[in-house]
Amino acid sequence: MVADGIDDEEKWLAEGIAGVQHNAFYMHRALDGNNLREALKYSAQMLSELRTSKLSPHKYYELYMRVFDELRRVEIFFKDEARHGVSVVDLYELVQHAGNILPRLYLLCTVGSVYIRTKEAPAKDILKDLVEMSRGVQHPIRGLFLRNYLCQVTRDKLPDLGSEYEGNGDTVMDAVDFVLQNFTEMNKLWVRMQHQGPVRIKEKRGKERNELRDLVGKNLHILGQIEGVDLEMYRDVVLPRVLEQVVNSKDDLAQHYLMDCIIQVFPDEYHLQTLDILLAACSQLQPTVDIKTVLSQLMGRLSNYAASSTEVLPEFLQVEAFSKLSNAIGKVIETQVDMPAVGAITLYTSLLTFTLRIHPDRLDYVDQVLGACIKKLSSKPKLEDSKATKQVVALLSAPLEKYNDAVTALKLSNYTRVMDYLDNETKKVMAMVIIENILKNNTCISTAEEVETLFELIKGLIMEIDGTDVGELDDEDFKEEQNSVARLIHMLYNDDPDEMFKIICTVREHIMSGGLNRLPFTIPPLVFSALKLVRRVQGQDGEVVGEEVPATPKKIFQFVNQTIEPLSSVQSPDVALRLYLQSAEAANDCDLEPVAYEFFTQAFILYEEEIADSKAQFTAIHLIIGTLQRMTVFGVENRDTLTHKATGYSAKLLKKPDQCRAVYACSHLFWVDDQDGIKDGERVLLCLKRSIRIANAAQQMASVTRGSSGPVTLFVEILNKYVYFFEKGNPQITSSVIQGLVELIKTMQSDTTTPEPATNAFFASTIRYIQFQKQKGGAMGEKYDPIKV
Amino acid sequence: MNYLLGAFKPASHISIVFTDEKNRKKVPIKKENGQTVMVPLFQSLENIVGKPVQGKKIEHNGIKVELLGQIEMYFDRENFYDFTSTSLDEELDVPGELYEKKLNPFEFSTVEMPYETYNGVNVRLRYVLKVTISRGYAGSIIEYQDFVVRNYSPPPSINNSIKMEVGIEDCMHIEFEYNKSKYHLKDVIIGKIYFLLVRIKIKNMDLEIRRRESTGSGANTHVETETLAKFELMDGAPVRGESIPIRLFLSPYELTPTHRNINNKFSVKYYLNLVLVDEEDRRYFKQQEIIMYRLAEDSS
Repeated sequence: MVADGIDDEEKWLAEGIAGVQHNAFYMHRALDGNNLREALKYSAQMLSELRTSKLSPHKYYELYMRVFDELRRVEIFFKDEARHGVSVVDLYELVQHAGNILPRLYLLCTVGSVYIRTKEAPAKDILKDLVEMSRGVQHPIRGLFLRNYLCQVTRDKLPDLGSEYEGNGDTVMDAVDFVLQNFTEMNKLWVRMQHQGPVRIKEKRGKERNELRDLVGKNLHILGQIEGVDLEMYRDVVLPRVLEQVVNSKDDLAQHYLMDCIIQVFPDEYHLQTLDILLAACSQLQPTVDIKTVLSQLMGRLSNYAASSTEVLPEFLQVEAFSKLSNAIGKVIETQVDMPAVGAITLYTSLLTFTLRIHPDRLDYVDQVLGACIKKLSSKPKLEDSKATKQVVALLSAPLEKYNDAVTALKLSNYTRVMDYLDNETKKVMAMVIIENILKNNTCISTAEEVETLFELIKGLIMEIDGTDVGELDDEDFKEEQNSVARLIHMLYNDDPDEMFKIICTVREHIMSGGLNRLPFTIPPLVFSALKLVRRVQGQDGEVVGEEVPATPKKIFQFVNQTIEPLSSVQSPDVALRLYLQSAEAANDCDLEPVAYEFFTQAFILYEEEIADSKAQFTAIHLIIGTLQRMTVFGVENRDTLTHKATGYSAKLLKKPDQCRAVYACSHLFWVDDQDGIKDGERVLLCLKRSIRIANAAQQMASVTRGSSGPVTLFVEILNKYVYFFEKGNPQITSSVIQGLVELIKTMQSDTTTPEPATNAFFASTIRYIQFQKQKGGAMGEKYDPIKV
Repeated sequence: MNYLLGAFKPASHISIVFTDEKNRKKVPIKKENGQTVMVPLFQSLENIVGKPVQGKKIEHNGIKVELLGQIEMYFDRENFYDFTSTSLDEELDVPGELYEKKLNPFEFSTVEMPYETYNGVNVRLRYVLKVTISRGYAGSIIEYQDFVVRNYSPPPSINNSIKMEVGIEDCMHIEFEYNKSKYHLKDVIIGKIYFLLVRIKIKNMDLEIRRRESTGSGANTHVETETLAKFELMDGAPVRGESIPIRLFLSPYELTPTHRNINNKFSVKYYLNLVLVDEEDRRYFKQQEIIMYRLAEDSS
């Protein structure tokens, strides 16, 4: 059916074109023969092809263009009085004898344009006559094209300022009147199309109308191009009349298109000066009109205008552009109750962009916009629409992008409140936007209040949100997010330790509610931040002393302690343990023995109670040993307790090799290679001997269970320890002990059935080292001399 | 016909030459045989002066020139109604021989010719000069010379516009206005149609000029209506509140003045007929008489 319709149309168009060509042929002959009568006859017949009702606008346009081209020739003929011998006045009458209105009016317009050119009559009279007479065509498509023709043939003959047709009583006003009237009539025809014909093809009609809209809009373009339309005329005549049309048409397609047209064709400064009028009209449009795009367009243009030159900015202030726009938007949103939230938010986003461009200094405006947005949002249930939430993100991102400084945004009291209307997902997205902005710009957040606000904003990332099953979250994304938060924590900085401490406290308050999944990410940066502060405070200890100072190292350590604590309860004891050890080291640097001891205690408790995995234990014990070894703050007693504890735990590891390694590591606890370090050679030897025992046991176990001797590696490792302490001058470690161990290893190597290339190489290089030391001579060479390898 | 008649009667070739033939305006008229000839134009109370011309010497018993005004009904061919007075007859010559040079001129001075020449569907009003050369044995030689009479009227002192509101209840309501009720033949009808209510899907609107010629009287009245002009005023369907301009130049159409009851024989009236056609090709119309008059050429 549809295909048939299209085919038919093609056929009709072809027939129409054929008719035009046929008559044009005879018309050309008449024109060449300067035969006016015939020329009129055939041109009228040719024009009669335009009387068809069968073509869609698109096809009709094709036909029209052909006729249009032919009419150019007729016009040239008309211009040349010598050829047809009739004065233009008579010609003007003559063409009106045609019985059919459409050909008559096309010819009349053609002669009319020639008539104006001759200046034998005032242009305004002719224009007025043409535009009046054109009323005779009430058929929308034919009428629109006729008037479009009128538009085309007269547009270069309007009595515009500076045009040759101006003067002698013809003023710009006449030109404007003419175009306005033509516009009015065309608009009426265009709007009427929608209501004529059967209902079932309504949609099709809408489409057809859309194809025709530029014909109507062309009038506005012409108006926009009339030089003589100054601001005053635009404000007092042009705009009110155009808007009257727009509003009265009560047609959403027309209203939307025409408002858009107005905004596009007239200069920005005019818009600025007539904001009141324009905006008042906006609120009178049909509720179905997509007003938000219109207003967004307007604000977009004004924003660009403002950006184009700083000189125009005072104009904006002068006309109070912001408050007008803001009011208008408020009104529109109020009146159009059904407007979806996304629409309202889009509007606010545009307004915000506008404000940011024009009043970058007026944060209160920004806040006001956000406030208005909240008002709108509060009347609705939580946003469900993904488009709407996207818009909110855009809305909130705009100030960030503008100022490139999250701190500014933090000053907006409504900023946070807008965030509240977002769903959790979007809140997170927004939080990420904020964080990324901060990170990108290296924005330093330097007061506790700012931090407070900021963390309020990024709550979505920090807080455990009810109803969200963590399992559902994408693990990678989650990590990404939390890493960002961690990075953010590092961005918080203030030179003043007190303020810094406040900041840290604030942060903790917020992150503590993060739940077990977030704490492992958020606590470490906080602790490190605190420890950094400690070092700073300690550095300037001499200067800042006083009871009222809050940020004393002690207090900070207390704080750190409290901060780490929750970690152990959220199944991240390993992280907690590391943090305790870090803190202990910091305390060590601050010379706070009890504090350091406390941290170690905590670490050991954690080790005992929470770290169950043997591998983790092994790592933990190594960490403990390493840290402990570096501690200088402890008195003998405390140190003894702790080293004893550490050695004890080392020996109690589950796997023998682990035990062995932990124990020989413990040996370092008794031998600190410092000037005033502990050097308890006996206990070192004890440790090492013990580790050899364990290594033996390990080997025996291996041969029992697997039928082959176990690895020799452990022995080689212990040998290395021996060599180390031997070199360091531990009197208990003698060359004969080393000699014995080397022999032992060699025996074991020959016993073993499975080759261990790595171990062999290790051993070989150890031996090489001993030989090297021997050959090097000197004190060390002598020392090594007794060892025979 | 003339030519043929002349062939049979070669001796009787007479024509009439008007004294002011060269300066007098001539207008075309259609003769019965369909030929268009140019004939002199007179108006009432003019002097009609001329002389018969003939080529050959003939004997005669007297020459008579008559000025006749005739009304001729086409359905009643036999009867001419001469409405001009025979007293206008004039003896040009006493019986004797007629030579070319000797012909005497004739003059009808200030002839009252109140009616205009008219060529209608059923009726014709014409003026002729009839030359009769009486010959005893050969019968009279009679020759006719047509001429046209047009009478001019001054512009009417009262010429109201025609304004009217018409409609079909709840369907359509229009108001139309023609700027005058009396138009001269080269006039322009200016007006507008205002649509007060439109519930009918109108396709287009025409303005027609109709001529109503009625002949005879009483039971024998014949009425003939012709549409002389069909002028499209509007294309497409208007909506309420729309006003459509009218501008119709009358000059292209062959109109005559309105004739009222000419010699109790016929009348010619003119009407403007406003016709609206809807999409189902139903016609709605309103007819309105207008008076046509002839305005002197120089003042029009």
